[in-house]
This record gives sequence, C-alpha cells and structure tokens, in this order.
Amino acid sequence: MTKEYNQVPGRIFDIQRYSIHDGPGIRTIVFIKGCFLRCRWCCNPESQRYDIEELTMNGKTRVVGEDTTVGAVMTEVLKDMPYYRRSGGGLTLSGGECLFQADFSAALLLAAHENQLNTAIESTAFSKFERIEKLLPELDYFLMDIKHTNSAKHKAFTGVPNELILENARKVAEDGRAQLIIRVPTIPGFNDTPAEIRDIARFAATLPGVKKLHLLPYHRLGQDKYSGLGRDYTLTEILPPSKEHMQELLDVAVRASGLDCQIGG
Amino acid sequence: MVHIANDHIKKSPRIQRLIDHLYAKLPVVEADRAVLLTESYRSSEGDPIIIRRAKAFDHICRHIPIIIRPEELIVGSASQAPRGCQVFPEYSFEWLESEFDTMETREADPFHIEEDTKRTLHEVYKYWKGRTTSELATSYMAPEALLAIEHNMFTPGNYFYNGIGHVTVCYGRIITEGLESIKRQAAEALLECHFGDGDYARRSHFLQAVIAATEAACVYAERYSELARQEASRETDPVRRAELEVIASNCARVPRYGARNFYEACQSFWFIQMLLQMESSGHSISPGRFDQYMYPFYKKDLDAGKITPESAQELMDCIWIKLNDLNKIRDAASAKGFAGYSLFQNLIAGGQTPDGRDATNDLSYMCIEASMHVLLPQPSFSVRVWNGSPQEFLMRAAELTRTGIGLPAYYNDEVIIPALLSRGLTMEDARDYNIIGCVEPQKAGKTDGWHDAAFYNMCRPLELVFSNGVDKGVQVGLQTGDVTAFRTFDEFYDAYKKQQNYMLSLLVNADNAIDVAHAERCPLPFLSGMIEDCIGRGKSVQEGGAVYNFTGPQGFGIANMADSLYAIKTLVYEQHKLSMADLRDALAANYGKERTPEEAQEVAVEVARALAADGVTLTEAQVRKLYETARTGGLSEEQRAKYQAIHGMLEEVPKFGNDIAEVDAFARDVAYTYTRPLQNFMNPRGGHYQAGLYPVSANVPLGAQTGATPDGRYAGTPVADGVSPSAGRDTHGPTASANSVSRLDHYIASNGTLFNMKFHPSALAGREGLANFVALIRSYFDQKGSHMQFNVVSRETLIDAQKHPENYRSLVVRVAGYSALFTTLSRSLQDDIINRTEQTSM
Repeated sequence: MTKEYNQVPGRIFDIQRYSIHDGPGIRTIVFIKGCFLRCRWCCNPESQRYDIEELTMNGKTRVVGEDTTVGAVMTEVLKDMPYYRRSGGGLTLSGGECLFQADFSAALLLAAHENQLNTAIESTAFSKFERIEKLLPELDYFLMDIKHTNSAKHKAFTGVPNELILENARKVAEDGRAQLIIRVPTIPGFNDTPAEIRDIARFAATLPGVKKLHLLPYHRLGQDKYSGLGRDYTLTEILPPSKEHMQELLDVAVRASGLDCQIGG
Repeated sequence: MVHIANDHIKKSPRIQRLIDHLYAKLPVVEADRAVLLTESYRSSEGDPIIIRRAKAFDHICRHIPIIIRPEELIVGSASQAPRGCQVFPEYSFEWLESEFDTMETREADPFHIEEDTKRTLHEVYKYWKGRTTSELATSYMAPEALLAIEHNMFTPGNYFYNGIGHVTVCYGRIITEGLESIKRQAAEALLECHFGDGDYARRSHFLQAVIAATEAACVYAERYSELARQEASRETDPVRRAELEVIASNCARVPRYGARNFYEACQSFWFIQMLLQMESSGHSISPGRFDQYMYPFYKKDLDAGKITPESAQELMDCIWIKLNDLNKIRDAASAKGFAGYSLFQNLIAGGQTPDGRDATNDLSYMCIEASMHVLLPQPSFSVRVWNGSPQEFLMRAAELTRTGIGLPAYYNDEVIIPALLSRGLTMEDARDYNIIGCVEPQKAGKTDGWHDAAFYNMCRPLELVFSNGVDKGVQVGLQTGDVTAFRTFDEFYDAYKKQQNYMLSLLVNADNAIDVAHAERCPLPFLSGMIEDCIGRGKSVQEGGAVYNFTGPQGFGIANMADSLYAIKTLVYEQHKLSMADLRDALAANYGKERTPEEAQEVAVEVARALAADGVTLTEAQVRKLYETARTGGLSEEQRAKYQAIHGMLEEVPKFGNDIAEVDAFARDVAYTYTRPLQNFMNPRGGHYQAGLYPVSANVPLGAQTGATPDGRYAGTPVADGVSPSAGRDTHGPTASANSVSRLDHYIASNGTLFNMKFHPSALAGREGLANFVALIRSYFDQKGSHMQFNVVSRETLIDAQKHPENYRSLVVRVAGYSALFTTLSRSLQDDIINRTEQTSM
C-alpha cells in the first residue's frame, strides 16, 4: 500500500475495537488527541490537550498520546475486517475532537472508504465549517453533540458558546451527504430538565434529514482520570440520572421532536 | 395462528408446576436397579456375558418400580424420587460406598440416601468385588500408565469408573418404525447365521441378546400403559382422566411400534432416551437432531389440524423437563469437575440436511422456545450455524443467550463437516452430524466415538522437561537430559515433544485397557441394536460393531503451553535475557510467591505428620520454623526479588489472544504437538484416535495439580480453558481474542474445540445488539473457528471480577455510551454497573 493518504501523520491516544454503540454494526473507534471544548463532565479528560501527557491510575503511569500515520492506524483497524463485513460496521473517529486534526481525520475516512468500511465521527462540531467540509466527502454518519440551546450556559459548562455548533449542525444537515444523528449527553444540573431537553429536541426536529436523537445519560467513567492528570473534577456532587428520569426525558424528546429517540448510543 | 420465526409461543402454566415439583427436594439415591441387576447376575453365572447383560436389563425393565408424576404428559421415570438416581455397581462401587455418609452434605451436587438404601447397597456390593470394569481395566494397564495416572499426567476417570454413554442412536428410525423393526432385523440376521460359521457363537448370542433387550424395553413401556390405565380409573378430575387415558394408549403403542402422531413420537423418544440411561451409567447420551427427526410428525399433525404450535410446544417443554429428571451421582472429586448434576444430553437444532440444504424448520425455533420456557440446564442445547442459516434463527438463538443460562452453544458447519470428512465419514453423514456431550461432533446412529476419553494436561510434559522426567522423586517421564544443556530452542522443543509423545502413548495404553474391559464385562445389547452396523457385524458397540469408531481424549492448556514455549524461545534462546537455570529455579520456587498462612499451615502439618509417622517428633520451635519455611518457601529476600523479577519479565512477553500473528502462528504449531501424534494411535475397536481441545470444567481441579509454568502462571492456579486464551491474558477485546483463537487449526481437533466468551447482557440489548452478536459469531466462524459459547455475566460474576481482576481482564461491559473492559474501570463505576446488572437481569 503506497497510497499517499497512508503517510498522513496524526496524533491519537487510543484505538478501541469491538465498539457496538457508536454507529451501525461492530466498529473500531480511533480516539484523536486534542479538543476545542473543556466539558466539565468529559469522560476522556486525557483527550483534551493536544500535548502528549502522563496519566497515573491505580499506581501505574502511562503516556497518553502517540504520533502515528493513517497507514499505521489502518493496519490496526483492518484486523477486524471480518466483523465489519458481517455486521455492516466500520470506522468511527472520536476524541478529543476529530476536527482538531481535520487533515488526518479526512485521510482516515478516505482510507476507510477505500477499504469498503463505512465511516462515522463523534464530534462537537465546534470548528470552522471549512474543516468539516474536508471530512464530508468520505463521511457516512455524523454523530453530533447538541448540549444546550442556551449559549451562556453552554459556555459555562463547556468553555465555548454554542452559536457556531448550531450553525454547523444546520449546514451539515442541509449538505445531506452524511447522515446526521443528534446526541445529547444528559448531565444533571446542566441540561437534564424537561424544558432543556425539549428545546434541544425541537431544534433537532428543524434540521432537514435528521431522523435520530440519542440521549446519553451522564456517567462517571472519567472521574478517576482527572486526579491522574493532576486536575480537578468539578462534578463530584452529581450522580448518574435515574432510569425513571431518563425515561421521562425520552418521552419529552419524542413529543417535542417526533424523531426516533433512544437512551444510549 | 403464530408465525414461528416471528412470534414467541406462550408457556403453558403446567410447565412451571412440573418444574417446581421436580426441584422441590434434594435428589435421592435409589437401590432398585442395583438390586435387580445383582439378582439377575447371580442367576446367570456361566452364561455368555452378552446374554447376562440382556437378562439383567430384562429383569430391571420388568420389575423396577415405575411412577407417573403429577400432571405429566410424557411419562417414564428412572427413579421414584424426582431427579433421583439409580446406581451401576458393574462399573465401580467402592467410591460410592465410602461416600455414603458425606454425599448429603457435600458442596457439589449433594444427594440424599436413606439408611435402608445404604444397607441394601452394602449387601449388593459384596457380589461385585472383583467383577467390575474398572478392576479389569486396571489389570490390563501397563505399570507405566498406572504410574502416570497416579502422578496426574492425565485422567481417564470418566470411563474408568462409569459407563461410556457419549452416543446418539437412530431415534428417527425407532420413532418411525418402532423397536419391532430392530427385533425383526436381528431375527432375520439370526436366520442368516450358519452353524458352521467361524463367528457363530458370538454372533448368534449377540443377536439373541439384542432381541431380548429390545423386547424388555417394549415391556417396560407397556407397564406404563397399565399404570396409566389404573390411575385413570381412579382419577376424579375428568380432564386429568382423559390425559391419563391418552398416556395409556400412547404407551401401549410406542416404542414397540411406529408413532402415529406427534404426541406418540414424543413419548417414544422419551422411552428410548431414558432406557439407554437405565442400561448403562454413561452420560452424554445425546438426543441429537430432534428438530429433524420429529418434524415429519409435527408437520403431518399440524396440516391435519390435530395439533397447534401451542400444544406441540407444551409436549416439547415436557420433554425438556424430563431430561432434567434423569440424574447421576458421581464421586465427590468428579462432581466438582462436572458440577451442576449435568448429564450433557446434547440436543441440536438447525444446520444442513444430508443433501446440503438448510435444515432449519419450525421445530428448530420451538427447541429454542422450550429452553427459554424451562430455563434448565438440560438439554445441553446447541445450534448449528452455516452460511445458509436464516438470520432470524440465529437472532432467536441469541435471545436465549441473552437470558444468561449459557445456552445455546454455537457450532460451525463450515469447519465440522470437512473435519469429519477427513476422518472418513461420507458427505451425507458428515452433513448430518450432531454434537455429543460438550462439543464432540459425530454421525448419529453409526458412531461409537468414545469422546471424552481422558483429560490430558499439556502443561505436565513441560514440567517433565525441566525435571528430566522426574515427578515427586519418581521417574514418570522420559530422561530427556539436563534442561540447561539444550543449546537451541529446537532442542528444547524436541524434548517437550518427546515427553508429550511418551505421555500420549501411556494415555492410549490406559484408554485401550478400559475399552477392552468394557467390551468384556459390559457390552450393551439394547444400545447396540440401535447403532448401525452392530447387527450386520454381529457384535456389540463395545466390541467394534459401529460403522465409525473413534477415541477422543481432550487436551487443555494450549494457551499456557503456547505462551510458555514462546517465552522460552524469545527470552532464553533469542534475546538471552534469561538463563534456563534461573527459569528452572524460579519455576520451582513458584516465582517467589509466598504461601498464604492457611496454605503454609497445611504444608507444615503434612510434613510434621509424615515425620511423626517415621517416629520423629518435633519441638514447638521446630514446628514454628517449619511453618515459616513453608510460608516463605525457604527463600532469601534476594532470591525472592530475583524470581519476582523473572515473573515480571515473563509477564511482558506477548501472549496468545491478542491478535498478534506471530504469537498465534506459534500457538498453532504448539497445538499440533498434541493433535498430530495422537491421530496415529488406534483403539481396540479398529478406530483412530482424534484430538479434542476442551476441558469441561476440569481446567480448575487439574490446574491445582500443575506447578508454575513459564507463561507466568502460578502453581496450582487454573490452566487455560479449551482453546480460549489464558484467563486475563487477552486484553484487546473479543474480536482480537476470537481472531487469535481462529488461527489454531480447528479441523484437526475433530473431537471438538471449546471457545468461551463472557459478555455483559447490555452487549446484546435490543435487536441491534442481537444482530451485532450474531455478526460476531458469524465472523469468528468465517475465520474457521469451530465452536463458541457465551457466558452472559451475572452480578455475582462482576463482584468476583472486582475481587479477582486478574481472571477477568477481557470481560467487556457496556458503560453508558460504550463498551469497555470491566477491570479497567474505577471502583465506583464498577459499582454502578453491578447495580445496573441487578436491575436488568432476568
């Protein structure tokens, strides 16, 4: 394989095989290093900075971040070819934020398509649209977070306002090449009231072509990593939402949007 | 009208009541069979053995107490008590007698036994001293083989102490034509015997025995007809009376004659299945392709409007329950290895017809449904998968997996059919295979596979290489030379192969001795009538009457050996980071691991006791010193640190199960050191040996007898299970693990391979979850894996994983948005998941 795109360099921090909740079928997720946002609930805080850093957990220190190439990543991804073929799965880029390294991400998606894998990204959509446009030609599923319709609150909890995100959501929807799926990380104390979910669902319903909305209940997966990075976790007081509460929010989302809504990815 | 592939059939309320009745009390040991058997044997001294066996079976069938349990639709019970068991002194009895007083309180599979039964059996057993198969087998074995067994190099325990079982008879033929057709065939063959034939004596007596034993089975069923008629006449509830009258009519007809409808077919099946286990104590007597041989009866009745899917389902559910009514007591040690009162009656659905079309039918779905309705361990339910299997069928099977009962197991036609062809089966027979017991494929009604012939621990020969063939001070293996003197890895590897080949020859010696003992002391005329070509050849299954004859011992510890030899190859011979002498010492010292106070106490007590027996008494100070030495292994801190460092070094070597092509290719070669030499051996029935790679649950008790291994495994801990990677060594998730396992050669292990995976129920959530799960199975099978089974984890498992993360490093759970490796999660998150499992578990 001497395809040019294989040489494109990038920085990742993990590759996770057998992912079955981030796009159709059995997938491999490549986690891209670096993010524009600083969401307080982020379960992968080690993904946020572009710099290679050290994470200490359970007494063991490991280096987070690896400089690699599209070719090297694809060698790993293609090991599960039999599973993609049988399940209709493929490659998902997550992060961090894949738009943070748009050229690398675009090359990965192209490489996946060249190998007959379908492609997905999980993204905040917080970037200039030119970066998104680099990915769209080879993108099948865009799993986009819409966290809040109130820009001030959005900024307070993620570090950035939401106008650009909402604008990009509309542009991606109107472009129509990638199937857009709206995801809402449901965080107690941030966006878990019926009114907040209703507003997000209403917005999602206005996007042309959008059919699905996922409510992702808050979990504490990343909590221990913060101290491992020498950082503070500011959401220590909150607990994952109850099953009943999630069900109530799901009903609200369905009524407000008329979309195919579900809890979890 | 239900559409079987899309809709579930409701469970009849009778089913739960039958289950509750079955499980109300502890199972009971009963003496009736043993008494009748012994009475008959006492009166037939001097007769040919095959005639004595037929007479004894006849005596049992005519006189053993019979019972119809409340609300039963399918009748025929081997014991008066629900889930009771008869005993089989003709195979062995000493162990049972010595456990009379502990069997009720033991941890694994307890049984109740009346004082009266103990006295009766005690009397019976006086007759059997010196007459059992196990005693004869022992006297036939080479001293070297006996020594190897004593040193736990392998364990041929199953058939040493019990009947063989592990067979599937021609159910379809008997249900359709009746046992009369067997009798007729034997009678015709008898007419063909000429007085001057060289084998007249054996042949004619064998055929007479088949006729007598087959008639005995018919008589047994007719006793049930009479009992049902009597009960009907006393019954006040008109509904139940009508049911009993139908039962009486069914039992008057089958299995003597061909079944006329689905209900009779079910009853006929059950009598055969049950009586096979009355004739001999072998387990794994497997119903096989129930959906295939029962379907014509179902279809005919359904088309004629005589049954509905619901009424047929109720009858099938009743059979599923009856399969749990049969029981077997094992000795305390074996009960641990086979825990769960399991009889391994394997029933399989789906797959291909003998002419290569998809065989899935409505009954295939209803078999899954029956397992969902009863949620009991029997039958050991299996599903055949091939490229033409309907997706809906596999989705339904996956739904059963999701319940967490560990059923079904999935089998790959695309590997098993060619594997059987390579063993000499015809294409039609290979396509018609079913599974025996755990994972062993064969053609029903034509095979004596002797599957499960011995547990063979691949780690033990490696220990012998390090000790120059000595185990506990005794020369058990070959003298392959000083382990530090091998100059290249190939020399070392050759020594391993030599020890292995020698142990295999001893294993074969032991198995063949047992095989001959069964032929001489316990030929089975009832079974033999239902296995082709016993009547044609004029000899029993045990003497080689079957068309296909095999012996299949099961090896385990493949992953440990692959990892161990790979570590030696790289660290000792390629990188020269570790000397063989240091490795040898580290293994002997169990990597410097300290014993727990309990273990140390046990060792100290044992040593003190041995010394006391020799007349040496120790002072308190000496005992304390002994305990201290036992705890530390007598190592200095420096030595301990050195051995622990060696352990650390070994841990870093790449391991099988992580999709590393080089390591996996090496593992494939290591497996060949067992599978290839074995296939050159022959058994006394004229058949070949064929390897299996599966452990039942013996990898735990046999691991306890195995010292530290160079893969970093500590002494006494379990060895790897089947073809699965060593517990916790596969850290790259299920696809990586499956890719590695698929790189072993599953075709050559034609006695079956076993690959176990653990999942959290959420991985199978929703239709999408089921579809992805089916895709995982199909993808592993695309890569030519042979078998897969799944443990959908319970809350208890997760709690155990918190305590022993080292055993669960590959356990995948779903965490909110995605799946993750459980042991990598924080404690609090693990707790979240455990709580969630409780909510969603069924």
